[in-house]
Amino acid sequence: MAGRTLYDKLVDAHVVRNLDDSGLVLLYVDRTVLNEYTSPQAFAGLREAGRKVWNPKAALMVVDHVNPTAAQRTRAMPDRGAARQVDYFAENARDFGIEYFDILDPRQGIEHVVAPEQGLVMPGMVIAAGDSHTTAYGAFGALGYGIGTSDIEHYLATSTVRYRRLKTMRIHLTGAAPLGVTSKDIVMEVIRRIGADGATGYAVEFSGPVVSNMSVEGRIVMSVMIVEAGARGVVIAPDQKVLDYLKGRPRSPKGEMWVRAARSWLTLASDSDARFDREVTLDVSEVAPLVTWGTSPDQAIAVTEIIPDPGQQAAPERQAAASRALNYMGLTPGLPIQSVPIDFAFIGSCTNSRIEDLRDAAEIFRGRRVAEGVRAIVVPGSTQVRAQAESEGLAKVFTDAGVEWRQSGCSMCLAMNDDVLKPGERCASSTNRNFEGRQGPGARTHLMSPAMVAAAAVTGRITDVRSLLRGARQ
Amino acid sequence: MIPFGQVTGVAAPMMAPNIDTDVIMPKMFLKGVDRSGLGEGAFNLLRFSGGKPDPDFILNQDGYRDSCFLVVGPNFGCGSSREHAVWGLQQLGIRALIGTSFAGIFNDNCANNGLLTISLEAGVLAELAQAVTDSSRNDVTIDLAAQTIRFDCGRRSIGFDIEPDRKEAFLTGRDFIASTLVFADDIRAFEARHRAENPWIV
Repeated sequence: MAGRTLYDKLVDAHVVRNLDDSGLVLLYVDRTVLNEYTSPQAFAGLREAGRKVWNPKAALMVVDHVNPTAAQRTRAMPDRGAARQVDYFAENARDFGIEYFDILDPRQGIEHVVAPEQGLVMPGMVIAAGDSHTTAYGAFGALGYGIGTSDIEHYLATSTVRYRRLKTMRIHLTGAAPLGVTSKDIVMEVIRRIGADGATGYAVEFSGPVVSNMSVEGRIVMSVMIVEAGARGVVIAPDQKVLDYLKGRPRSPKGEMWVRAARSWLTLASDSDARFDREVTLDVSEVAPLVTWGTSPDQAIAVTEIIPDPGQQAAPERQAAASRALNYMGLTPGLPIQSVPIDFAFIGSCTNSRIEDLRDAAEIFRGRRVAEGVRAIVVPGSTQVRAQAESEGLAKVFTDAGVEWRQSGCSMCLAMNDDVLKPGERCASSTNRNFEGRQGPGARTHLMSPAMVAAAAVTGRITDVRSLLRGARQ
Repeated sequence: MIPFGQVTGVAAPMMAPNIDTDVIMPKMFLKGVDRSGLGEGAFNLLRFSGGKPDPDFILNQDGYRDSCFLVVGPNFGCGSSREHAVWGLQQLGIRALIGTSFAGIFNDNCANNGLLTISLEAGVLAELAQAVTDSSRNDVTIDLAAQTIRFDCGRRSIGFDIEPDRKEAFLTGRDFIASTLVFADDIRAFEARHRAENPWIV
């Protein structure tokens, strides 16, 4: 018998029973995190049917999507809809007995930043949650994946989901990342190579020396962002770095239980003879800092390249899509992407708002000023990340540079709160989606790493961050 | 969920690749705690321009205003998990989507609400798309029980694949939670074993 992949092992370990003979199973889910905008109709459904939550202890509720990020934190929400969502969220937490971090809680933040921070994400778990970026947890050797509201309701009522096994893809990363190239650039390079649907129907395992050498936070970036190639689940074999990250977290096991758990977690890996349905290999030494030029995350180029001509696309639908994207983005083919001026710089989102991201950005902002006419904001991933950045002096670097230092939330990643761009405004953004209207109707988003966003903020245009890194400075 | 048997109606072509759920349901319509008002939200920024229907958008054009099927490009429904996209399409009157591939979460959301998604080979889909681009030939009949799509004024018929369990669920409009709770004892037994093996999970 051929070896099994880590993904298959995690699924096998959570099958309650088969539902048919074609691979549909009832899958036990260990944990969920709930937010205020995808959960209300799930709770309403439970109420209507008179159903209880199967295991309230396995859920955490965190306000993150609709709240303001203004420096002064209050309970006030930006509009009546958001206020109603947060009120109903609190009501559901109380009535169903689920732990709830409200907007003033010192543990509040973006759900995918908070859950690992609290030690709620453990290797070997299956975690399904009502947000596509739940794949973040793959970085810990947990199978994380996003579900819609009906499946949230199903999970809450049964602690299970109906699940069809995915195909498996290994993304093997070799070589060494050049100076200025981050985990964000690496995953963007993978996405531009395999396409926005390149991993649709697959669970992805990242492997190779680049992953072993990468920090846990860097692995989270890749696990979150590969969703933009359609990946429905992500796993990375846990190692000592993951244990070091988890040890001592509020909900991590303690004492003898920690020793047992850690021993078990380190055995979680794909067998050496495991077969994957697709293998992708990338030598990251060839990767440059990337920037998107279009309205799909795979429409990306190296910062040194020119804006592509849609005529180079083979299929007519792809040509039309590229033309439409360039028109929406207000860009002309043939010009260097580095010539493009920006109005706004945003550092935040579950992709890039953790402490290492803020350190990367601060390195560029230190001793520089945000360019005339540009507005730059940093929205930390959680209230704890915010406190840590303040204690490390990063917040002062930002404010000295003229950057707005905000409270945590999803903010301008999807612009559901009051952080919204005006039509036509162009934003250098550390987020994961550059869809039409994502940061506001008519807004233009260029995805890039936090350091690249900082470089754009201080120069006023899309800039190769490598020209600003220490040693490159004259 | 709404059961799906045999449905006849207009199909509109929307062949751009990677139509994401932000485009299907813009964020301004995500501020509810129920499912109301999402029909207005569906494709809102494409459907309306300056408060008026945008004539460039297919569903505003003669012969397509009452579409109940969309023939779509690859990776339809990518991006955000927002189920509001599916509720909005249904409130707009859409009963089925015919394409080559659908994004994973979106596809599950469709199945949970009775919005049928059908995946065809690219060549077959192109023929269907070409036919329905002509508003005099855009009537389509989907018969789920027979697994056929009839188009081109009834002159042509193509088959499609669907997993048996999924088909059954669509035909009957199954309540998935009720059908899972039949296995409550299995879940309890699994849970006890799983916790014994992984006592750090609480």
